[in-house]
Amino acid sequence: MTDLAATDPLPKPKRDIAPVLLPIALALLTIPLIGSTSSWLTLTAASLAMGMMIFIMASGLTLVFGLMDVLNFGHGAFIAVGAYVATLVLAPFAASIQADSLWMNLAVLAPAALLSMAVSGALGLVVERVLILPVYGQHLKQILMTTGGLIVAEQTLYALWGPQIIPMPLPASLRGSFILGDVAIAKYRVLAMLIGLAVFIAIQLVLNRTKLGLLIRAGVENREMVEALGYRIRRLFLGVFMTGSALAGLGGVMWALYREQVHASMSDDLTVLIFIVVIIGGLGSIGGCFIGAILVAMVANYGGFLVPKLALVSNILLMVAILMWRPRGLYAVTSR
Amino acid sequence: MMILSGDPPRSRVLTLVLIVIILALAATPFLFPGAKALNVAAKICVFAALVASYDLLLGYTGSVSFAHTMFYGIGSYAIAIALYGMGPNWAAVATGIATGLPLAALLALAIGLFSLRVAAIFFAMITLAVASAFQVLASQLSWLTGGEDGRSFQLPELLRPGTVLISRNLFGFEINGRILTFYLVFAISALMILALLRVVNSPFGRVLQAIRENRFRAEALGFRTVFHLTYANCLAALVAASAGILNALWLRYAGPDTSLSFSIMLDILLMVVIGGMGTIYGAIIGATIFILAQNYLQSLMGVASKAASEAGLPLLPGLLHPDRWLLWLGLLFIASVYFFPTGVVGRLRHGGGKKAAGPSH
Repeated sequence: MTDLAATDPLPKPKRDIAPVLLPIALALLTIPLIGSTSSWLTLTAASLAMGMMIFIMASGLTLVFGLMDVLNFGHGAFIAVGAYVATLVLAPFAASIQADSLWMNLAVLAPAALLSMAVSGALGLVVERVLILPVYGQHLKQILMTTGGLIVAEQTLYALWGPQIIPMPLPASLRGSFILGDVAIAKYRVLAMLIGLAVFIAIQLVLNRTKLGLLIRAGVENREMVEALGYRIRRLFLGVFMTGSALAGLGGVMWALYREQVHASMSDDLTVLIFIVVIIGGLGSIGGCFIGAILVAMVANYGGFLVPKLALVSNILLMVAILMWRPRGLYAVTSR
Repeated sequence: MMILSGDPPRSRVLTLVLIVIILALAATPFLFPGAKALNVAAKICVFAALVASYDLLLGYTGSVSFAHTMFYGIGSYAIAIALYGMGPNWAAVATGIATGLPLAALLALAIGLFSLRVAAIFFAMITLAVASAFQVLASQLSWLTGGEDGRSFQLPELLRPGTVLISRNLFGFEINGRILTFYLVFAISALMILALLRVVNSPFGRVLQAIRENRFRAEALGFRTVFHLTYANCLAALVAASAGILNALWLRYAGPDTSLSFSIMLDILLMVVIGGMGTIYGAIIGATIFILAQNYLQSLMGVASKAASEAGLPLLPGLLHPDRWLLWLGLLFIASVYFFPTGVVGRLRHGGGKKAAGPSH
C-alpha cells in the first residue's frame, strides 16, 4: 500500500491501448498488400460501416452477459424481428422512400427504425420475464431456453410474413456513392458509420458519465457487491436487456437496408458473427466489442479482397489468433 | 443386465416403451410395408445413436456443443466422397471410414483443447462458430463435396435393393440388399448406444458427472477435467461420425441439408431434451417421438391448416401450415426445459414426482 495524501488525485487506471492499435495496424499493414490506395480506402470505409453495424447488434449481448452472466442465444431473433417490423412502415410508404429527397426518405426511415427498436425492446421485456427469469444462474438451461426462443421467434416470423425473402430497397437519396477523386464511398455506409459512432459514444457517455452507467459497470465487475449496497440489480438488468434488444432491432433494420433484403434466416448468420465479436472483445466489455466488430469486418473485407477463398474461415482464424494472445478476449472485464 | 452395463431403464413403463420401440424397429420390414416406414425406422435408428452421443456431452458433462452436426456431416461426407470417387466397392467404404472417423476425432480434439479450458459458455459459442464455418466451407468446396447438390453414390453390390438374398417364395418376404442395409444400420446403432451406456457407467463416466455437478471440486479431487472433457468430446464425435456414415449409407447421398445444416443441430437438441438429458435411454425415446412427429404430424397439421383456412379463421392457417411444425416443437421444447427438465425418461422414472435427478447445472 502506498500512502496517498488527501489532495493527491486518485491514481489513474492503467490504460491498455494495445487492442486499440490492433485494427489500425491491420489497416496500415494491408495498404501495400492491396496496392491501390483508392480501393484500400473504399475497403476501409466498407469495413468501418460493417463493423459499426455489427457493433450495434452485439453491444447489448456483451452487456447482458457481463452484467448478469446471462448468455442469450436468441439475440439474433431481435435482429430479425427489427428488420421485419421495419418493413411494416417501409412497405406502405414505398413511394416516399423512392422519392429523391433526403428529408422525405428520413421522415419514413426514422419512424421505421424507432418502431423496430420499440418492438424488439418490448419483445426483450417478454423474453427476459418468460424465458430468462425462471432459469437465472443456470447456464445450461439458459442456452436451451434461449435457443428454443430463437426457434419459436424464427418460425413465428415465417408464419406471419411467409418464408420468402422480402426485398428492402435503399431509399433513393442513400443510393450511390460520394466520389472523392478516384475513391468511391457508398452513401449508406457513411450513414451507417455515423449512426454506429453515435451509438458507441452514447453508450460510452452513459456508462462513464452517469450514475446509471456507474452502477452497470460496477455490476459487471461484481454483482453481489452492488446488490449489497442496496441497488436492485434485477431491474437494472431488465433495462439493459431491453436496451440491448432495441439496439439489436436497430442493427437489424440497418443490416437489412445494407443487404436490401429481409429474411428470418439472417438471425442465424448474424448470431455467429456477433458471438465471435463478443468473444474477441471479451465478454462484458463495450470497448472490446467495438474493436472486435471492426476487426471482424476488416478481416472480412480485406480478406475477401485479397484471398477470397480464405474469407470463409477468416473469422475463425481471427478468433483463434486473438484468444491465443489474450485467452479471455481483448479486454477481460468480468472476473468470471 | 451385463449388456446394459448395470444401468437398466429403472421404470416399468419405460422398459415397456423401450421394448415396444425396439421390437417395432426390428420388425419394420415385415410389419409395415412400404418405403416410407422403412425410411422412418432407419432414421430413428441413426438419430437414436446420434442423440445418445450428444447426450454424453450435454447430459453427462453439461457442456453445450453446437458442432455435433459437423461431426455427423464429416462421417456422411467421408463415405459419400469415397464411394463417389472410388466407385461402389468395399475398399471405398473402408477408405471412407478410415478417413472420416480419425478426421472427426482430430477436429474434436482440437476444439476441445482450444475451448474446453475456459468456461462452458465459451465452448458453446466457439463450437457454434466453428460449425458454421465448416458448413460454409463444405458448400464452397464444390469440387470435393458437390456444393449445395451434395454427392449421390452407388452402394456396393451386396447392399443394393436389386440384390435378392432370399427370394419371396421361401418365407413370403423378400430379403433384399435394402433390408440388409437396414439391419446393418439397426445393429450398428444399437451397438453404439450400448457402448455409450457402457462409457457413462464406467468410472470415466462417473468423473464426467462429477465435472458436470461441480467442475472445481472435481479438479480439486485430482481429476484432470480438461483431459476428461476433451476425451468425452472425441468419443461423442466418433459416434456422431459413425452415425453420419450410417445415414449416408442408408440415403445413398450426403448433402448440406441432410447432414450439415444447423436445423439438424436444433433437432438433436430438441430430441435430447424431450427424451431426457443424462439418461442415454432418452435418446431412443426422443428420436422416436421427434421423427414420428416430423413425418406424421406434418400431414396432420396440413389437414388442420386446410380446415382452418376453409373456416375462414385469420392467422391460424399460417400457424398450422405443415412447414411450421418446428414452431410447435419449439414451444414444446421451452415447456419441457421449464417444466420437465429431465424429459420423458426422468418423468417416467420418478413417476411425476418433484424429485428430479437430471442435470440442473
